[in-house]
Parts: sequence; C-alpha cells; structure tokens
Amino acid sequence: MNKVTFSKDLCKGCGLCVTVCPKKIIVIAKDTFNLKGYHPAEIIDMEKCIACAMCATMCPDSVIKVEKNV
Amino acid sequence: MIVFDKPKSLSDVPLHYCPGCTHGIVHRLVAQAIDALDIEKDTIGIASVGCSVFAYNYFECDMIQAAHGRAPAVATGVKRTHPDKIVFTYQGDGDLAAIGTAETVHACTRGENITIIFINNAIYGMTGGQMAPTTLPGQVTTTSPYGRKPEIQGNPIRICEMLSTLEGVAYAERVSVDTPKNVLNAKRAIQKAFQNQIDKKGLSIIEVLSTCPTNWGMTPNDALGWVRDVMMPYYPLGVYKDITAKGGNK
Amino acid sequence: MSNKVLMKGNEAIAEAAIRNGCLYYFGYPITPQTEIAEYMAKRMPKVGGLCLQAESEIAAINMVMGAAASGVRAMTSSSSPGISLKSEGISYIVGCDLPCVIVNVQRGGPGLGGIQPAQSDYYQATKANGHGDLHLFVVAPASVQEMASLTGTAFDVADKYRTPAMILADGALGQMMEPVNFNIEQKTDLPQKEWAANGHGGKRKKNIVNSLYLNATELEKSILKRFERYKEIENNEIRFEEYKVEDADIVIVAYGITSRICKSAIELARAKGIKVGIIRPITLWPYPKAALKKAAQTAKHFLVVELNMGQMVDDVKVSIDCKVPVSFYGRTGGVLPSADELLAEIEKINGGLNK
Repeated sequence: MNKVTFSKDLCKGCGLCVTVCPKKIIVIAKDTFNLKGYHPAEIIDMEKCIACAMCATMCPDSVIKVEKNV
Repeated sequence: MIVFDKPKSLSDVPLHYCPGCTHGIVHRLVAQAIDALDIEKDTIGIASVGCSVFAYNYFECDMIQAAHGRAPAVATGVKRTHPDKIVFTYQGDGDLAAIGTAETVHACTRGENITIIFINNAIYGMTGGQMAPTTLPGQVTTTSPYGRKPEIQGNPIRICEMLSTLEGVAYAERVSVDTPKNVLNAKRAIQKAFQNQIDKKGLSIIEVLSTCPTNWGMTPNDALGWVRDVMMPYYPLGVYKDITAKGGNK
Repeated sequence: MSNKVLMKGNEAIAEAAIRNGCLYYFGYPITPQTEIAEYMAKRMPKVGGLCLQAESEIAAINMVMGAAASGVRAMTSSSSPGISLKSEGISYIVGCDLPCVIVNVQRGGPGLGGIQPAQSDYYQATKANGHGDLHLFVVAPASVQEMASLTGTAFDVADKYRTPAMILADGALGQMMEPVNFNIEQKTDLPQKEWAANGHGGKRKKNIVNSLYLNATELEKSILKRFERYKEIENNEIRFEEYKVEDADIVIVAYGITSRICKSAIELARAKGIKVGIIRPITLWPYPKAALKKAAQTAKHFLVVELNMGQMVDDVKVSIDCKVPVSFYGRTGGVLPSADELLAEIEKINGGLNK
C-alpha cells in the first residue's frame, strides 16, 4: 500500500493539495483545527493513493511525506 | 520507499508565509537543488527584503541578509572573494526590479557567476499590497487603487527579456509554479541554474511567476488560476537565454 | 618597497591597505579620491587581489558588506557625496557587526559642492553615518605617512572590535605628495573569523549574518552588546597629538590638513610671544575628551579651526564642559585659510585675554 503522511500542525489549509490530487482523496477537515488554528488537509481514502506525490509537489509548507509500497 | 520528503537543506522551521503562498514551493525547489547537487556545505544564500526576508532562517547553508535591492552586490562581494563557493540570491519584484535594478543589471553585465531566484508576483507583499514594477496594467493595488494606469504609472517591466540582452547572462528562464507540471519544470530550471554556477557558466536567473493570495484578494487556488490566465500572457514562460543550449541563445 | 617612497596620499592609503592584508577593493570614481581606485586597479592583480569598479557607491559598499560577511578584509573609498550614498550600507554593516574600512576624502558640499578640500563631513562621520544607534571608528590622518599608518590601524581596530572603520581625509591630503615609510611588507597573520558566512563545510552550524531583529527586546540587547564594544574602543583606542600645549594660554583644536596650517600659525604666533599650542585629534571617534579636559585646567581659551561652518567645535565644548571659552574659525566650500589669517585670529583672541 502507498502511504501519505501529513504533518497536521504545519498545514495552513491552503487547499492546493486538494485540487491537484488525481484520485480526489484529500479534503480540508472542516471539523478539526490544528495548533495554529487552521483546518488541516487530510487523506480520506489511503487505499486509493497512487503515490504520485502531486500533493507534496504543490504543498508550500512541506507538510506531506509520500511513501510507496510500505 | 520514500518517494517525497522535505529536503535536508530546508530547515525544520515552520514557514511564516501566508497559506498557499508559493514562496514555500520555491524555497523547497531551491533546497531540493542544493540537496541534489550536494552543495549545502559550500553554499551561501543572500536573503533580500520582502516577504522572504526571513529566508535566512529557512535554509541550512550559511546565510547573509542584504539591504533592499542590494543582494546581487552583496553576492558579488561573497563570490569574488570565495569563487569556489556557491552563492545565490532570493529576491522579490520590488527588491530586484525596483530599488535593485542597477545592482541586478550590473551583476548580470559583469557576468557574476551566481544564481538569482526572482519571485515575480506582481505586487509588494510584505508591506501590504502596493504596486510593483511588475504589476499589470489595470491591476488594483493599494497604490494603484483605480488600476495601474500606464499613462501615469508606466508599464510593467519584463525582467527575463531585458536581462537576456546582456552578455554576462548565461541562462535566463521564466517558469511558473501554478501546476504540478510547472512546479517540476521550475525545479529542473532552478537545479540547472545552480549547476551552471558549478560549471562556471556565468549568471543564471530564474524568474518564477508566483502568487500573493492575500494581497490579490483571492483563495490560493484562484491565485494560481490568475497566474495562468492573466500573468502568463504578459510574462510568457520559456527560456530567454541559454548559452549551454545547442546553437547558443534560445 | 620597504624604504621611503614619494607618494600621493590617496596612493599611500591604497598601498597600505594591500600591505595590511586587504586584497579586495570595491570602488567608484569620484574626485578627489579616484587615484585610490586607479592605484588599486594597477596593483591588486599583481598581488593576487581584486579591484572591482562597481556601478555606484551603493553597490560598492554592498560588495564590501558581502566580502566582509564572508570573512575577508575589504575596503571602499569615496568622497562626500558618495559617502552619503553609502550611509544605508554602512548602517547595515554595523547592524551585522562586520569589520571593514571606508575612506572619505572630503570635498566641499553640500550637494555636488566642489572638488576642493573640506572637513564638512565631520558630523556625518562621527554622529550620523547611517541610521540607528551606531558609531564608526574614525581616524583623521594629517600627513601622507599617516594616510598609510592609520590605514593599518583602521583594519586592525575594525577586525578586533567587529566594526567598520572610517579614514576621514580631505582632498588636500589625498592629492599631496610626501615621503612614506610603510614599515610593513605584507601582513599575513590575519585574525580568524568563526562567525563568517563562507560555507559551513559540514563542520559547524550554519552562520547567519543579519541585522534584522523584529523583537524589540532582542534588538535592544544586540545594541547594548555592541555598545559594550564601543566602550572598549573608547577605553583603548583614542589617539591624539599635543604640541606646545603645556604652557599654552590658547589651545587650538584642529585635525587633518587644517592642523598643519595651524602649526605654521603657532610658530608665527610663538615668535611674537603668544603662548599658543594645538591638540590634534587623530581619532575623531572616540574623541580625546580627557586630553581636552586636562588642557582646560590651564588654558584660557580654545580655538577650534575647521574647514566647515563649525562641527567639531561642539565636541570640544562638550569635552571641557564649557569650562573655558571656546571660539570657532572656519573656511568652507573648499577654501583653505592661510597661516597669516589664523595668526590674525590668534592675535585677536590673545588681545582679548590680556585685558
């Protein structure tokens, strides 16, 4: 399975990752706040992740780590 | 197997930039280039004045904080005294194309063997959204509240085009970070700009079309769209000069 | 070149800089100091150094900042209008606690002014060469020999206390020719600078050279720390000359080329039985306050002579707590007073004393 890890407290909820994910498995968690008061991005269906790393490519805050075949 | 992780030469420090600001992407691309070429230990970065004034906190190499516009002159002082080190500047549009135009042009014309990363977001971010030399005609800013009027405030300046006329420029490319594809292309260009310095080719400048969601009054995603739809027609992407390409110039 | 050489003052500074281990010069032409850049252009390639003509005085001071930040001895030179351009850069260099040497071969001002000698940048050099709480170590040569020897002093003090140093000369000293003995072949034992931004080599933590402190308490702390070094400079680095002051009724205070004209006037006055002497500050910052205060115990009058409208006169009054009358005689715009002119002034003062 592929694995994407989001460092929740670095995320500013900018949403750039949400737009570029080809599998549409990233959402902004409207019901949660991180330490900085942002709604962080999170994965909703890790199984569908293809480890393309488009999300991490667009992330301005180095929130996302992408692993293949873990 | 890790496919994507934070580059080593990007410091473990939360960035202060606004949500969705593309400074963060470009900082990472610079750090990725430094990692890929394994040059962190020999690199000195020159931070400028603008939103990126704290860049000295974000890179693991030695850093110098320069006065507004003066980074290419400070870089010259470092590079000429330490020619075997890698020196880069990271500058915004006010820094490079307004107050620092003379320093920019003359570092280029002298062919200083440095790398300039130029962030063009058509506005002055740090000071709250004033007009920049790269602000587009009709664009509303706090000092062009009725839209930039060329007959009063002149037209925007195209840096890559202008600098490509100078002998000392080895490589000038305008890139964008509005889509993953363009980000990867920008990554390639930035790495080449550092490789050129290692190969002693002359001055390399990468102009990166960037966003300022806060002062443009847009969401981060809409801001990327504005780069695509409004900035790119005026500032076309592409290589404006490349002495390493077959046949010399673009 | 270890014996006496006949040289222009400007050239003496340049040669002395090189011999004191400065291999990097960044300059821009401006009368009356362009010979420094021209001499450097010819000499630096021969010693493996660099003389780079920048696009402006602003660029030049920023190149010096880069060079100094990366740990080398570097110098720039200019004249009055160009020094104004450097103010921002000088303030940044102070804020970053970097050593370097800046030469001002003064000319008439304000504005484009003239190209003749002046001393009207005294305030700028000692009180206002850049925004913020700052001082520069300022030395004022009065001969071509001192143009050379004080250059070495400037570099040493700059490195020792991590501060920019200024050589405040004038057009006359810059252009005149006198014999110089350099007393030094080539300095090689330059101090190591662990704080320099020159590539960490994987061997140390990264260095940041920076003057930005958005936290007010931190900024105040950094300034207080710098001022502790200024206290050290005041305790250790004051230099001045006293000539015929012990029995003097009238003490002249003057520096640079003016001090030499004053000395001629003193000889003429002494021949007429007038007891007059001179205290010549060699460091303008720190100022030789104690020497002046001591002389005020016996002198009846201080006469300050400058090539300006009265700038150093303020420091003389402050140094002696206005204990004794202080008067000022000046010419400005590039005009130099004659020894006879100064003699007349001395006689006038002396006449007033004896009443």
